[in-house]
Amino acid sequence: MRGLTTVFRKEVRENVRDRRALFNSLLLGPLLFPLLFVGMMWFLESAEQERAEQTLELPVVGAHYAPSLIRFLEQQGAVIQPEPEDPEAMVRAQETPVVIRILPEYPEQWAAGLPAPVEVIMDPSRQESNAAIRRVKGLLLGYGQQIGSLRLQLRGVSPQLASPVMLRDVDLSTPKSRAILAVIFLPYVLMITAFTGATHLAMDTTAGEKERKSLEPLLINPVPRWQIMTGKMLTTTVFAMASLALTLVSFRIVLPYMPIGAFGMDLTLGLHTLVKILLVISPVAILAAALLTLLASFAKSYREAQSYMGLVILIPMIPSLIFMANPVKAEAWMMNVPLFSQNILIGEIIREESVALSWYAVSIASTLVIGLALAVVAATLYNRPRLIFSGS
Amino acid sequence: MIVVTDLRKSFGEVKAVNGISFEARDGEITGLLGPNGAGKTTTLRMLYSLLPPDDGRILIDGLDPTRDAMEIKRTLGVVPDSRGLYSRLTARENIAYYGELHGMSRRQIDARIATLVDTLDMADFIDRRTEGFSQGQRVKVAIARAMVHEPQTVLMDEPSNGLDVMSTRALREYVRGLRRDGHSVVLSTHIMQEVAALCDRIVIIAKGEVAANGTADELLQRAGCDSLEDAFVKLIGSEEGLLA
Repeated sequence: MRGLTTVFRKEVRENVRDRRALFNSLLLGPLLFPLLFVGMMWFLESAEQERAEQTLELPVVGAHYAPSLIRFLEQQGAVIQPEPEDPEAMVRAQETPVVIRILPEYPEQWAAGLPAPVEVIMDPSRQESNAAIRRVKGLLLGYGQQIGSLRLQLRGVSPQLASPVMLRDVDLSTPKSRAILAVIFLPYVLMITAFTGATHLAMDTTAGEKERKSLEPLLINPVPRWQIMTGKMLTTTVFAMASLALTLVSFRIVLPYMPIGAFGMDLTLGLHTLVKILLVISPVAILAAALLTLLASFAKSYREAQSYMGLVILIPMIPSLIFMANPVKAEAWMMNVPLFSQNILIGEIIREESVALSWYAVSIASTLVIGLALAVVAATLYNRPRLIFSGS
Repeated sequence: MIVVTDLRKSFGEVKAVNGISFEARDGEITGLLGPNGAGKTTTLRMLYSLLPPDDGRILIDGLDPTRDAMEIKRTLGVVPDSRGLYSRLTARENIAYYGELHGMSRRQIDARIATLVDTLDMADFIDRRTEGFSQGQRVKVAIARAMVHEPQTVLMDEPSNGLDVMSTRALREYVRGLRRDGHSVVLSTHIMQEVAALCDRIVIIAKGEVAANGTADELLQRAGCDSLEDAFVKLIGSEEGLLA
C-alpha cells in the first residue's frame, strides 16, 4: 500500500500547486453556487415585492356600462386607464398585464338580477403578470360578493344562507418545510459540486498524465497499477469532498443574508445538519471520482477528456430535474438509486423531517457499492497496454 | 545482462517487431540503431514489461518481464524518449517521487540525490520547479530519476534528442561512467555519431528485424565499407529514415 500513499501524496502536492485545480475544485463551486442562490432569491423577492406594491393601472373597455363597479375599483386603489383600441393586442404586446372588458349586455343583465358579464383579458403564461392578474380577479370577486350579499339582504334573506360551506385554512407546514426552493436547489448544487470538484483532477491525473508523457515512466516503477490508480482516485475524491464541504460552509455563511421573510423560510444550516448532509453526499464524491477517472482514462489528452465531461455533468442534474418537474413521494426503494436517494435525503434533512436510519444506510451502501465497482474497473484499466500508449 | 531471443510483437497487421535477438552484457554499452519506426521503442517497451511480447523470450539478469514484472522493474532504470517530468514539482521532488515508489526511505533518497546532483551537475536547478527547464536540464532530471534506486540495467530511448553539444558531451561522459561501474546499458538511437562515439556493441534494427549485430569494427568489415554511415545504409538496404 506504500505505492498508493506515495501516489496520493504526490498528486495532492502537485494539484495544490495547480491554480486550475484549485479554481475548479475549491473556488468555482463553493463561491459561484451560493452567490447564484442568494442572487436568485433577492431577485425573486424584490420583483415580487415590487409588483405587490405597484399601483394597479387597469385599462377598462366599456367602463360606462358599469359605473358602480368602476367606483369600487377606484376606491380599492386601482387607477382606471382609458379604453384601449385593441385590448388583446395590448396584452399580447405586454404593454399591460391585464385589461377588463365590460360587455354591452352588462347593464341589462344587472338590472334583471342576472350574472353580468365581465371579461378579464390576460396571458397567465407570463410569470410577471400573475401578481396583477391575481389582484384584479380578487377585486372583481370581492365586488361580486359584496353586491350579492346586499341583494340577499334587500330581499330579507340572510347572506349566510348563500355560503353553506365555510373554508378555513389550517396550515401545517412549518417555516422549514416551506423552504421549497432550498430543498430543490441545495441537493442540485451539491450533486453538481461533487462532479465539478472531481472533474479537473480526474482528467489531469489520467488523460493529462498521458498527454504530458509521464504515464509511461510512472508505470515502469515497481508499484502495482491498481495502487497507482487508486492513489489517483483517492486524490480526486478528497478534492471533491473538499469542494462539497466548502460549498456547504459557504452556504452557511451566506444564508443569513437572504431575504427569508417573504418566503416564510427559516433555513439555518447548523453544524449538525452540515455534517449529516456531508455524510449523505460523500459516497457521491467517490462515485463521481471513479466514474470520471474511468472515462478520462480512455482519453488521449486533457482536451479529449474535456469533451466527454460536458455530457457527464448532465448526470447529476437528472434527479433534481425530475423532482422539479414531477415531485414524488419519497419511498424506501428510491434509496437504492444513487443521486436520487441523496436528493431525497438532503431535502428531508433541510426540512428537519425524521428519516429512518435504514434509509441513510441503504443510500450510503448502494452508492458506495456502485462507486467502488466503478473504481475497481478504473483501477485495472491501465493493465491494457493499448490505453497506456494511445496517443503516443 | 539482457538476453533477447526471437522477440515478436504485432499491432493488428503491422509486425512492429519480427524476430529480434541480441545480448547486452554488463560493463558494455549496447546501441539499438535503426531508422524511425524500425521497432526500437516497441522492443524497449517489452524489455521494461509495459508491453507483453507475442512470442520470444526476454531474460534480464535471469528474470522474465512477463512473469517477474515487479522484480524486473526494481532492477531497471529507464529514461524514456519523452522525459515526462512533472512541471509543478521541483527537480528534487520529481526524483524523490520515484525513489519513494521504489520503496526507498527518506534518508536513502536524500543521500542518493546528493550523489546524483554531484555527478550530473544539477546543483543550480535541483530545487526549482521543472517548468521551463532546458532540454539538457530535463534529461539530467530524467536520468537522475531513473537512477535513483541504483539499477543494474539502464535503458535509454533516444537520450540525446534535442540536446546541445555541451549537454550531449556531459551525457556521454555519464553513460561511460555507468559502463565503468559495471552496469549494462542499452540505448536506442537513430543517430550514427552517437553509436560510433559510445557503443561497444551495435544492433542494427530495420523493419522489426535485426539487420546486423556486432562491434563497430565487425560491422565495417562485414559491409566492406570505411565509414559506419555507409555500412549502416548497406546493411539495412535503404536510406529510408536516415534523415529523420
